[in-house]
Amino acid sequence: MSARKVRWTRVWIYVVLVLAAVLYLLPLYMTVATSLKAPADIRLDTAWEFPRALHWDSYRTAWQQFSPQLRNSFVLAITATVLSTVMGSMNGYVFSKWRFRGSEIIFPLVLFGMFIPYQSILIPLFQFLRSTGLYGGLPGLILVHVVYGLPITTLIFRNFYAQIPDDLLESATLDGAGFFGIYGRIVLPLSVPGFVVTVIWQFTQIWNEFLWAVTLTRPAAQPITVALANLAGGQAVQWNLPMAGSILAAIPTVLIYIFLGRYFIRGLLAGSLKG
Amino acid sequence: MARVVLENVSKHFGDVIAVNNANLVIEDQEFVVLVGPSGCGKSTLLRMVAGLEEPTSGNIYIGDRLVNDVPPKDRDIAMVFQNYALYPHMNVYDNMAFGLKLRRFAKDEIDRRVREAAAILGIENLLHRKPRQLSGGQRQRVAVGRAIVREPAAFLMDEPLSNLDAKLRVQMRAELSQLHDRLKTTTIYVTHDQVEAMTMGDRIVVLKDGVIQQVGAPLEIYENPENVFVGGFIGSPAMNFMNGVLKRDGDDYIVDLQAFRLKVPEEKVQKHPKIKEYVDKPVVFGIRPEDIADAQLLPEEERRQVVTAQVAVTEPMGSEVYVHFEAGEHRFIGRLDAATAARAGQSHPVVFDLAKMHLFDAATEKAIR
Repeated sequence: MSARKVRWTRVWIYVVLVLAAVLYLLPLYMTVATSLKAPADIRLDTAWEFPRALHWDSYRTAWQQFSPQLRNSFVLAITATVLSTVMGSMNGYVFSKWRFRGSEIIFPLVLFGMFIPYQSILIPLFQFLRSTGLYGGLPGLILVHVVYGLPITTLIFRNFYAQIPDDLLESATLDGAGFFGIYGRIVLPLSVPGFVVTVIWQFTQIWNEFLWAVTLTRPAAQPITVALANLAGGQAVQWNLPMAGSILAAIPTVLIYIFLGRYFIRGLLAGSLKG
Repeated sequence: MARVVLENVSKHFGDVIAVNNANLVIEDQEFVVLVGPSGCGKSTLLRMVAGLEEPTSGNIYIGDRLVNDVPPKDRDIAMVFQNYALYPHMNVYDNMAFGLKLRRFAKDEIDRRVREAAAILGIENLLHRKPRQLSGGQRQRVAVGRAIVREPAAFLMDEPLSNLDAKLRVQMRAELSQLHDRLKTTTIYVTHDQVEAMTMGDRIVVLKDGVIQQVGAPLEIYENPENVFVGGFIGSPAMNFMNGVLKRDGDDYIVDLQAFRLKVPEEKVQKHPKIKEYVDKPVVFGIRPEDIADAQLLPEEERRQVVTAQVAVTEPMGSEVYVHFEAGEHRFIGRLDAATAARAGQSHPVVFDLAKMHLFDAATEKAIR
């Protein structure tokens, strides 16, 4: 009797889950379906229908059209992610293991940066980049993302390193390792889960970011998010192109999550240093 | 190898005085145990020798070299931590070799030392395992091995056995003692466990509230505790203490404990004439549980000054029985022969072996000598 009851609860759970999944996947279906239609077939009344013939041309066109911006996005996201992650790791190492006078004041100040909305510092940022000559190019945008990423990367690494027992570092000190020796030989090798979490977070944030990208770069340095928006903003839009472009633009973050996702969960729950 | 000297060493953490003016000489090849309850400053003292803490004042010498300003890595010491502090990402071999690699030893020298230490500790077959694949006892051995390969002037051990289960602890205790007999390296060993202190140390240093209470060989401390704290801390079950007043009756000196009176043996008074100064003053009477005997099991002529006390609890240990007595305001534990007829709820006669009694000043808690 109770077995049957359990089974019905199960069924309900699955029904709800499937409905939720369908709801979440609808926009994706729309994107994929539209990207595969011929431009002439895209009309509002048939928007939900599956394409009559698969029309892969839009991907080729999108690839040709967007490849400079995709390259910009890669350069931007990879450089800024690597820099902000490495610097965050060193910050976290210092804030968790090499406390100094005033560090308990400086650390919250660093964290405060997380709560500053992008929009509120847009104009000063613009003026700063203008006056330093970095406006319009990728280096300026990279700098901005690195600085803006430091609070969160510092926080993640500080919390991650807080789990590394002090004994371990003291033992390394007695073994003859100094500040950088301990970082390079003990802390860094134990940081892989921390790096995965931070890399996924930073890469996704920077790759998807639009506002700064559109404000602080000239066309030659624009990343993919800006290019997509430009394409979709015109008069007579061929919807299959931006849809194909969106999918191309989404692939890197999806791949990162697929390959590193299990470490992401593990890293967030990290108790991985025991023993 | 070297001797270690602490000279007026103090350590303050803000307003807290962790170590207060410690003076101690640890001879070359000696195994000295620092023992005391948690928070007594024993670990802080050890960490100052290691260089992980800086003394607020005082001097520390290792091998007659003043090391106050010498960084930990150059002090020629190796430390074993309570949690072993093995590097989780390195295998056993690399864990042991790490310190030598950083010191740029030749590869074959490193290899020779690691294999030698592994052989001593019986962990040759574990060299390629990661720490997480080891049992507690094996990790402990690796931690010791990591200290051995350095061939330091002194070993510092901070509660190295406290994470092991009881059985393994007994075994490792013996192994560490053997190891010291073999290597003869000066060792400072910190523990809160008085059994470890008694069994392992050439000398014991008892600490409380950052102050060294007594330094001496284990039996010396056991038999002649300097004060109430040391008497109570070393030995299990702990020494019994009863508050009373010293009285004089003709030529005899009597400890008046209200519920009963006990005559201080003449030899005691002769040996410690200071006792005479305490007539009519409050004193603390101390007696170890094993110095209390069941009067019924003694031959007639030894049944003197029999005290009858109420039995509260009996704890049979097999070979003997721990009997908790109550007499007036006093409670005390006796280790009686297993043949005792003492039963909870009944009263029972006991005899104190007064030749082994201790007398302390009730105000200063210092032994009256």
